[in-house]
Amino acid sequence: MKLKLKIWRQKNTEEKGHLVDYDIENISPDMSFLEMLDVLNNELIEKGEDPVAFDHDCREGICGSCSLFINGRAHGPDKLITTCQLHMRKFKDGDTIYIEPFRAKAFPVIKDLVIDRSAFDRIQHAGGYISVNTSGNTQDANSIPINKNDADMAFDAATCIGCAACVATCKNSSAMLFVGAKVSQYSLLPQGQTEATNRVVNMVNQMDLEGFGNCSNTGACEVECPKGISLDNIARMNRELMKASFRK
Amino acid sequence: MKNKLTYSLNYRKPKDQYSDNDQLMVCIRYYHKDHKNSKAKIIKKSTGVKCKLSDWDKDWHNNPDRSPIKSTDPNYIEKNKLLKQKVDSFKDLYFDSFSNNGYSTELSANVPTGPLENKWTFHKNKINLVSPGNKRSLDVIVVGTGLAGGSAAATLAELGYNVKAFCFQDSPRRAHSIAAQGGINAAKNYQGDGDSTYRLFYDTVKGGDYRSRESNVYRLAEVSANIIDQCVAQGVPFARDYGGLLDNRSFGGVLVSRTFYAKGQTGQQLLLGAYSAMNRQISRGKIDMHNRHEMLDVVIVKGKARGIIARNLVTGEIERHSAHAVVLASGGYGNVFYLSTNAMGSNVTAAWKAHKRGAYFANPCFTQIHPTCIPVSGDHQSKLTLMSESLRNDGRIWVPKNIDDVKAIKSGTLKPTEISEDNRDYFLERRYPAFGNLVPRDVASRAAKERCDAGYGINQTGEAVYLDFASAIIRYGSEKAHIKGLDKDDNELVKKLGKEVVKKKYGNLFQMYEKIVDQNPYETPMMIYPAVHYTMGGIWVDYNLMTTVPGLYAIGEANFSDHGSNRLGASALMQGLADGYFILPYTIGDYLSSDISTGPIANDTKEFIQAEKEVKEKINYFISNKGKYPVDYFHKKLGKIMWNKCGMARNKKHLKEAVNEIKELRELFWKQVKVPGDTNEFNEELAKAGRVADFLELGELFAKDALIREESCGGHFREEHQTLEGEAVRKKEFQYVSAWEYTGSPKDAILHKEELDYENIEVKERSYK
Repeated sequence: MKLKLKIWRQKNTEEKGHLVDYDIENISPDMSFLEMLDVLNNELIEKGEDPVAFDHDCREGICGSCSLFINGRAHGPDKLITTCQLHMRKFKDGDTIYIEPFRAKAFPVIKDLVIDRSAFDRIQHAGGYISVNTSGNTQDANSIPINKNDADMAFDAATCIGCAACVATCKNSSAMLFVGAKVSQYSLLPQGQTEATNRVVNMVNQMDLEGFGNCSNTGACEVECPKGISLDNIARMNRELMKASFRK
Repeated sequence: MKNKLTYSLNYRKPKDQYSDNDQLMVCIRYYHKDHKNSKAKIIKKSTGVKCKLSDWDKDWHNNPDRSPIKSTDPNYIEKNKLLKQKVDSFKDLYFDSFSNNGYSTELSANVPTGPLENKWTFHKNKINLVSPGNKRSLDVIVVGTGLAGGSAAATLAELGYNVKAFCFQDSPRRAHSIAAQGGINAAKNYQGDGDSTYRLFYDTVKGGDYRSRESNVYRLAEVSANIIDQCVAQGVPFARDYGGLLDNRSFGGVLVSRTFYAKGQTGQQLLLGAYSAMNRQISRGKIDMHNRHEMLDVVIVKGKARGIIARNLVTGEIERHSAHAVVLASGGYGNVFYLSTNAMGSNVTAAWKAHKRGAYFANPCFTQIHPTCIPVSGDHQSKLTLMSESLRNDGRIWVPKNIDDVKAIKSGTLKPTEISEDNRDYFLERRYPAFGNLVPRDVASRAAKERCDAGYGINQTGEAVYLDFASAIIRYGSEKAHIKGLDKDDNELVKKLGKEVVKKKYGNLFQMYEKIVDQNPYETPMMIYPAVHYTMGGIWVDYNLMTTVPGLYAIGEANFSDHGSNRLGASALMQGLADGYFILPYTIGDYLSSDISTGPIANDTKEFIQAEKEVKEKINYFISNKGKYPVDYFHKKLGKIMWNKCGMARNKKHLKEAVNEIKELRELFWKQVKVPGDTNEFNEELAKAGRVADFLELGELFAKDALIREESCGGHFREEHQTLEGEAVRKKEFQYVSAWEYTGSPKDAILHKEELDYENIEVKERSYK
């Protein structure tokens, strides 16, 4: 395959970025999208140019490192996958592909396509845990049976990989799906009840402090989420927040 | 006898087998006792200086003023001078610690005495504790934030220590433990199928082919049950049955169901659990978290690990960090093969730097090749993807019986679903009727290789076998039809119901397969082939998880201790969390108890400045070296050598070639590597260059280790040592851990042996037939 790439290049956070054109040839449809970028980078290095910086690590869709806005879509044209799982067979010979970073005020660009997502970590610091010591001297794991349905829903919420596609794709740059998923995981489990009030309030406060926008229920986040995290989690978070406001 | 420091030669065979012209390594030998009544210890340290036997002054011992190398050696002045320097720095570095901790490079695993099942309890009762007030003045560095590092950092901070944690990823949640799929073992016996602590211990030692340390493995089995309790309390959403209780499944190499799981994302859920425990401590200010930082050296002050040099991967700044102890939880080194199931960033650098600073590296050749991975599709491939071992619970592995069918499949004229049952060779079920498709990983991998080598591989490269779910779909489907009172003979309906069940169990794995291979595994069998997955070898540690450098600890995959020469499925998560939550936090206190009045460790001493200088020099070298080839060029070449010559089957000739080829490649790398950009910016190529430089050294030691181990055991298969049926032949004389001491280059590494005694298990032939 022969492709024309238009890639966002930005030296660092301070400097202005712009799209740069690259032509690339001999791309196999069996390559992953990131392997295509590897090929480009090795060509750039051999030519003495600066390779394109992008985040990636596990390359099997679970670590949440990779991002990329491809042709205007978070993680590219395919559904329920991350960029590293996207394969070139989803493109046609001669295609022009726009590659940009995930953009949001809360995620400054570090270099090219690499962004700083530490805002997500800070939201988790604010309450994304159950306050239990790691001594191992807790009660037996089977002492509290948990309804399978609740356990499965908690699991579905917990599969969030923190990639930030939801924020990137949201016109308000809202992080509600991300926060909602974590709040839901704990609110569905008996272990999470004790701190439920503080958790949701603190996490939502931190989310606002980081500069994420609000939710206007367009559902774009759910569509682009590589793990298919449901919009229900946002509703559940709102209910939790409502409950918390009564308890206060 | 008084404490005495002398030189000695490192004889590796009886003295009379040497001729005068043989070159021998000169060592420093230190004989000492901590106390006049305590047992004498001998420390032997290589100097890196070699000398001919005829040039060695045999009377040297009687006259300490004379130099040990005689003037018959053309370089005797320089060599003697160098030896003098080595002795001085030896004293400088180690004398302090001799008296404090009785540090000895003799390999003593410090295993407590007493019956196996009481060792850990007695040990915990006996070791020193640090008071809560004193913990506040002690700093601990944790490198790596996967299951081991994350759980250790959280627990140490919770206990009251000041923790500085480091990871190269942009968040601790992205460490590669997250990719573990299948599950975590624990001897809970919830299924009532005969499981027990002893049985988990037994399975692990047997599965590791009797090359692991009994006492460590027993402790692992003992604390395994606590892990599940702990994780559930943390809100980890494990799979449950309809009664609301935890569900289990079975994994390779065992006959019970003791694996807890969260669909095919168990590693993710456990890591997020540890990450949440870390977050709690970060928010309390007890963990100082350094994301996007890479450790580039460990700093030793007076014989103790006192800090690290790290590079900020965003700004490129080189930073000095000091602490009272350093914990390495930096994972395994499978990426020495270039293609592996490890994440792209997984590397050996932290472990290798520790090795170069005095930590012994144990069993480097013990690598796990996982049988069920997606086959390689072409030269562009950057990594391999694992399909969880749990698939072998329901999937059956086969190749066609007739070579003509293989040819027809390759040419595209025949589909695998068109081959009748009679014409399929379910080779694992055929060869190992007792365990069938659930034999341990090493056995399954070799069996697949055997079939492919015989020409039965079913893809274009001839390196793939089938993993087939058709019979599981029918089995589950008719079960479901029966429950629902529907027609069990309606084939279409049964298939539909069966697919639903399979989807519930393995949905995410099937989706992952389809995205990569572009085939629907519900309709046609998956293609799989073995790939490098895990490294059992790693930094040598004693019972307390301390390396041979006082104050330097290694946990999780980074150490060598629990899996012998082959790890059982679902045991990596167990070990990582056991080390981090329940073992290290106790044992490190014993060491730190002698440090309560030390005060903060300064990071502007000569050791820190020197280490920082060396790191900077290397980084500048990479940037200013205007070579021809990018880093990947060398990494791919190294991977080819490793896979072809140190892979699933090894032999003497290939291993010897590998040693030389890696050495040559390393020389070429230093001459011709091309790293773009600058030192003071985000520069991934620069980070990669440093990692590959270390892989190029490790690879040589790996091959050397495989070469001296003249036996087949677990993941280490030497073609010279096999039965007529192709099964591994283990040898009694190799019942030891090979622990390598660095002396200047991998080729000169000195072998130390930790003999392995089995008092509670009978060492038998490992059979799964």
